[in-house]
Amino acid sequence: MAEPAKSEEKIISDVGLDVGISKLTDDRIEKVINDVIKNETGARLKTYVETCIHCGLCSDACHYYLSHDNDPRFSPVGKVKQTMWEMLRKKGKVSPDFIKKAAVIAHTECNLCKRCAQYCPFGIDIAYIMSVVRRIIHRLGCTPQYIQDTAHSHSVTMNQMWVKGDEWPDTLQWQEEEAQAEIPTLRIPLEKEGADIMYSVIAPEPKFQAQLIYQAAVILDVAGVNWTMPATMGWDNSDMAMFTGDNEIMGRIKRAHYETAARLKVKRIVMGECGHAFRSVYDMGNRWLGWQAPPIPIVHAIDFYYEILKEGKVKIKKKYETPVTLHDPCNVVRGGGLHEKARYVVNAICENFIEMHPNREHNYCCCAGGGVINCGPPYKMTRIDGNRVKAEQLFAVKARGAKTLIAPCHNCHSGLEDINHHYGIGQEIKFIGDILYEVMEKPEVKEGEKE
Amino acid sequence: MHDLYNFVTGPLAWAAFIVFIAGSLYRLINMLYLVNKKEKFIYTYMSFKYSFRSIFHWITPFATVNWKRHPVLTIVTFAFHICLIITPVFLLSHAILWDESWSISLWSLPDGVADIMTLIVVGSCIFFLVRRLLSPEVQYVTSASDYAILAIVAAPFITGFIAYHQWVNYQFFMILHIISGEIMLVAIPFTRLSHMLFSPFTRAYMGSEFGGVRNAKDW
Repeated sequence: MAEPAKSEEKIISDVGLDVGISKLTDDRIEKVINDVIKNETGARLKTYVETCIHCGLCSDACHYYLSHDNDPRFSPVGKVKQTMWEMLRKKGKVSPDFIKKAAVIAHTECNLCKRCAQYCPFGIDIAYIMSVVRRIIHRLGCTPQYIQDTAHSHSVTMNQMWVKGDEWPDTLQWQEEEAQAEIPTLRIPLEKEGADIMYSVIAPEPKFQAQLIYQAAVILDVAGVNWTMPATMGWDNSDMAMFTGDNEIMGRIKRAHYETAARLKVKRIVMGECGHAFRSVYDMGNRWLGWQAPPIPIVHAIDFYYEILKEGKVKIKKKYETPVTLHDPCNVVRGGGLHEKARYVVNAICENFIEMHPNREHNYCCCAGGGVINCGPPYKMTRIDGNRVKAEQLFAVKARGAKTLIAPCHNCHSGLEDINHHYGIGQEIKFIGDILYEVMEKPEVKEGEKE
Repeated sequence: MHDLYNFVTGPLAWAAFIVFIAGSLYRLINMLYLVNKKEKFIYTYMSFKYSFRSIFHWITPFATVNWKRHPVLTIVTFAFHICLIITPVFLLSHAILWDESWSISLWSLPDGVADIMTLIVVGSCIFFLVRRLLSPEVQYVTSASDYAILAIVAAPFITGFIAYHQWVNYQFFMILHIISGEIMLVAIPFTRLSHMLFSPFTRAYMGSEFGGVRNAKDW
């Protein structure tokens, strides 16, 4: 009945997956699948599966499908067929080998970008179904190793990158000193109770992109806002546990984050340019903890830049001249509706903005999000091969003049960097903050005061 | 033959309508029961405004990006669903039945128009069948049940058309028409034809999430 898949299976070695699978028994698989389906899902999963009319209209939404020459194995519904449908049809009686394939599909061939929800006439949430598959994989202990390691880090350190307790304030003070060479009065205020804003970042920033903290500190300082950063755990807004289906840890780290903001008595949390963290803090973590909306208002960097530019708190010295294009990250655009504000900001700081197509809510995912890039090097080519369509989109906009690619999201940034290199697109990829920092008016420092 | 006719138009028709209505209510109540029991949060996010905004876009031809991408399918799908619902309700012969059984007098379609609409339904079913067989992305997710529901939907229209035109064995095709119609009614709540019941809810929920939380368009 079914058409055989065109693409060949690639053998990828992943110790988390391989060892996890080797420990499985048929009984345990059956028990876990049925337990998750019976006790952790309800009307959504049942209705989605029974309402799907198998029309295939979701296919065109998926960058994996488009990038693999319309191979039906990669269509959203095709991935559901290979995972959840089988689990339901066989009532959990599936083999360890099946679980391995399901783990690879759910973890590395779907970015949970939800573009397919915009293409399904019934609005079936396939990303949710994939999340349920990941939850089953998690409960079976077969999550890919790299992303499982980040979940472990979250659990132990409350941040994603094993940043130790003393390393965090140390990094902030280091960046403060660096920035003071430029603006001598600049502070990164730690633990300032009653500040208006708590600024939070993802752990990769202190770990290996500390200059982003420097830039943010300059922007916040020049904008003259009353801000602070915590010196304790709870500073990290990232969340890979959300993507491994480890909801319990997701809850713990989000609680730590909100409670840190509450302890500092801030009015709102402003976060750096990250997409998945926005999804976690704005949409997922709060729900797990029983909040309809985040308990403390969450302001993504795009929104914050929009605010300070619109209110004239930051002025532009000279707009960025190189023609730019903008990649709309799924989690803040399809997930938060920040596309028009992003355009306001980009137009405010750049001379020449060229749209890529499709754009806004319909932009193609970077193929790194949803935890896929966090599954690590074994799956690098899965991401690159799975997003040829992104390369085509970028080549097209480059042909129209865009030399710089703005990606206001960490995962997008890294994923697009790989696509940029592999396909030889030759665009320079920047955060909005990189450009804003470069073009904004900063207090003049007299020659003698400089180091 | 007359006994059989009386049976299929009498007790069997009653049974079919009861199963259709009770079954549909059961499925919907069961869905709401599950929401209440396990996913009550859904109510928190439901919004009439965004539900109808989403539904309106998706029931309007070419009002969504995906409808625009598939112009032929869009025309066929809309024509199919409109004819599928309008024809059986407003067919003159059915209007007479409504009137005789329940004294409900309905407006009725001219027979020529009903004929064309019937052919649209049958033609659309053939289109869907060909699409299932030839489009790899559809074929890949097709199972026997997909062909079965297509046959269940096409059968009353094909048999009805043959019976109306009285080409061969009128009585036989009439009875076959009635039975196939009854099968379709019974199948609606218990097969994936239940998308008729559930799709407004799934659409409304996704519309609410996109409108209220995601501040983005879901079309």
